[in-house]
Amino acid sequence: MKFFIPCNEANHTCDKNQYKDASFMELVKLNIHLIYCRACRKYTARNTKLTKLFRRSNVTTMPLDQKMALKERLRQEMSK
Amino acid sequence: MPEHQLDPTKWVDAYSDYLYNYTIVKVNDHEVAQDLISETFLAGLKSAQNFKGEAAERTWLIAILKRKIIDHYRKKNSKKGQAEVHINYNDEDAEGEWLEERVSDPYDRTAEDTMENEELGLAIMKCMDTLSEKHASIFKMKTIDNFDTEAICNEFEITPSNLWVIIHRARTAMAKCLENSWLK
Repeated sequence: MKFFIPCNEANHTCDKNQYKDASFMELVKLNIHLIYCRACRKYTARNTKLTKLFRRSNVTTMPLDQKMALKERLRQEMSK
Repeated sequence: MPEHQLDPTKWVDAYSDYLYNYTIVKVNDHEVAQDLISETFLAGLKSAQNFKGEAAERTWLIAILKRKIIDHYRKKNSKKGQAEVHINYNDEDAEGEWLEERVSDPYDRTAEDTMENEELGLAIMKCMDTLSEKHASIFKMKTIDNFDTEAICNEFEITPSNLWVIIHRARTAMAKCLENSWLK
């Protein structure tokens, strides 16, 4: 069991954690890494902020079936 | 050769989410928003020959959408009859008192926050343009629609590690794009 992970692994865990997909052990390792790695601290801070922005903005997407129907309709109109 | 050209086959993938967010905050109803967007695209298709190529496609579509939103409110209002302004006084004695007393509380920041978040939503959608089409849809599915990693992988036939690489690149690109105006 190693507790020291390289930066790319730390960033990967950080990405996963934005979606609550990181395991407890992964988070422990990430936090150990963050103690001594300034670059990854910066990355993590930015990444977390980005997640907050998404949450605050209430962005939505148009439902997929609607998009499909709309595409189909446009296609029909264009072939007329 | 005009500077901009229309490509209606790409409209849905490229602009529907942007227009959707734009409309939702104005009409506050998902179904109405969907109808307005299909009307916009169809109207755009019909008047495509009038497109002079001076504005970007998105700007042009937004201009059509704005008219559609106004029309929507006109129709809604004509059904109700004349628009009327009612001022309800809480008690009889208050009648005749000045309206200045009823102006909104300057310390209430809700309205301003809503407006700011609305802008943020559109900024996010615009930044999605910096991603490739496939990456943008994967990123949106994961981040906005909260799909499971597995479901997305099956849909796009990629491995989880592919997915995380795409997500990582997308997040970096989005952070860079939003940096100056929102990530400070």
